Amino acid sequence: MAEQEKKSPYRVLIGKPGLDGHDRGAKFIARALRDEGFEVIYTGIRRSAAEIAATAVQEDVDAVGLSSLSGAHLRLFPEVIKELQTRGGGDIPVLGGGVIPDEDIELLLQAGVSAVFTPGTAAETFINAFTEACEKHSDDSGQ
Amino acid sequence: MTAGSNELLAGLARQDPRAIGRAISAVENNSEAAADILSSLDQDVIDSVLVLGITGPPGAGKSTLTSAMIRALRKKGNRLGIIAVDPSSPISGGAILGDRIRMMEHALDPDVVVRSMATRGRLGGLCASAGATVRIMAAAGCEIIIIETVGVGQSEMDIIRLADITLMVLAPGFGDDIQAMKAGLLEVADFLVVNKSDLAGADALCMDMEQVFHDKQEEDGIARVLQTIASLNQGIEQLLATVKTFGLHLETSGIKEERRHMALDAETLDWIMEILRPRFAQAMSEKTERKDPRIRAKELIKELVTRQEE
Ligand SMILES: Nc1nc2c(ncn2[C@@H]2O[C@H](COP(=O)(O)OP(=O)(O)O)[C@@H](O)[C@H]2O)c(=O)[nH]1
Ligand SMILES: [Mg+2]
Repeated sequence: MAEQEKKSPYRVLIGKPGLDGHDRGAKFIARALRDEGFEVIYTGIRRSAAEIAATAVQEDVDAVGLSSLSGAHLRLFPEVIKELQTRGGGDIPVLGGGVIPDEDIELLLQAGVSAVFTPGTAAETFINAFTEACEKHSDDSGQ
Repeated sequence: MTAGSNELLAGLARQDPRAIGRAISAVENNSEAAADILSSLDQDVIDSVLVLGITGPPGAGKSTLTSAMIRALRKKGNRLGIIAVDPSSPISGGAILGDRIRMMEHALDPDVVVRSMATRGRLGGLCASAGATVRIMAAAGCEIIIIETVGVGQSEMDIIRLADITLMVLAPGFGDDIQAMKAGLLEVADFLVVNKSDLAGADALCMDMEQVFHDKQEEDGIARVLQTIASLNQGIEQLLATVKTFGLHLETSGIKEERRHMALDAETLDWIMEILRPRFAQAMSEKTERKDPRIRAKELIKELVTRQEE
């Protein structure tokens, strides 16, 4: 069974909205996903929600992962979701990670974030969450 | 033609970013809609775009230069497409596509269409997807399309065959890469861009390259070795003006058409390989044989052809 009909890799965008300049976490996630076979579009630090959403739509990704350490996640993550919706990308799931207090996690989930990670989250956990989100997205869009 | 492909085609005509992205995914993943989309595109539009290839070793400044060129070309009002290629990991098959980091200032410009693309471990197939992406971008109104790809080995530079004009970007401090490429440089590159000209060693590199490109330069009097400081936006206007002159020369001399024909042939050959590979893999898995591989290959081809004719 040399050349099986292989599924195309999932494409995800990892972005850092907001003003903090530390992207160790974002890069760690990007590399971990690459090592699991994802194609990861990395947009670098200090991006606006609109820039991230426009890029995600242009690149036709299956999921967007956001990282924020500045404490502005309650504003920024939902803003990305809103920007995606206005650009016709409301179907693209958004996952988020960073220094996020327990009480905010539920709020983010209610605001439409698909999964939330904190610095203690095991790599396996977020990789599974990305895989699930991408699977669901590509099934729904019939690709 | 399915409803889905009709919708995508209509979206392309409207220059809708979502439709452009989806159409490119369709061809990249070789999905059902791909054939519908590609066969419906207008060949005249495709013929009229200019495709620039930017290649060179990692870190030479290709993405920074691309971003600076976008800036200058947008001032002239051109709608642009960018295909930024990065290698897939041979182990996991995944990739980090980071070229966009240097192009984010254009993220909200609707007339800059960027697509990051991984090599997916099959350079032939990549040539096919990137070629199809060029045509989709052309259909979506892009007038100039830039393909950025890492080029250190000959095989990675294959994709550059898609380009009408190829720029090889080098920078001081890439001595080993440059020595390795020197012999093949003339074949692949129309222009040699010495970027990071703010760094020591740029002048020496230029002189070295002038020598390599001497004969070409004599032929038509167009400067082939150009200096830039992409991070400071310097040398870009000069570069674009020279490329434009060269582009006109290619057009009037018929070389552009010739290159397009060769590119199409190469792409067709890639498709033949893409299509045949799984069939032969299947045929091989059905019959294990301990023969000389070359003889076995010939027999398998013969078998497939006869089976086809029956
Ligand atoms: N000093 C100097 N640095 C540059 C110049 N152009 C790009 N760089 C830097 O070189 C590094 C690699 O650039 P990048 O565009 O990503 O290179 P690529 O891998 O060829 O696409 C980045 O840190 C750039 O800021 C230049 O003209 N001068
Ligand atoms: Mg680059």
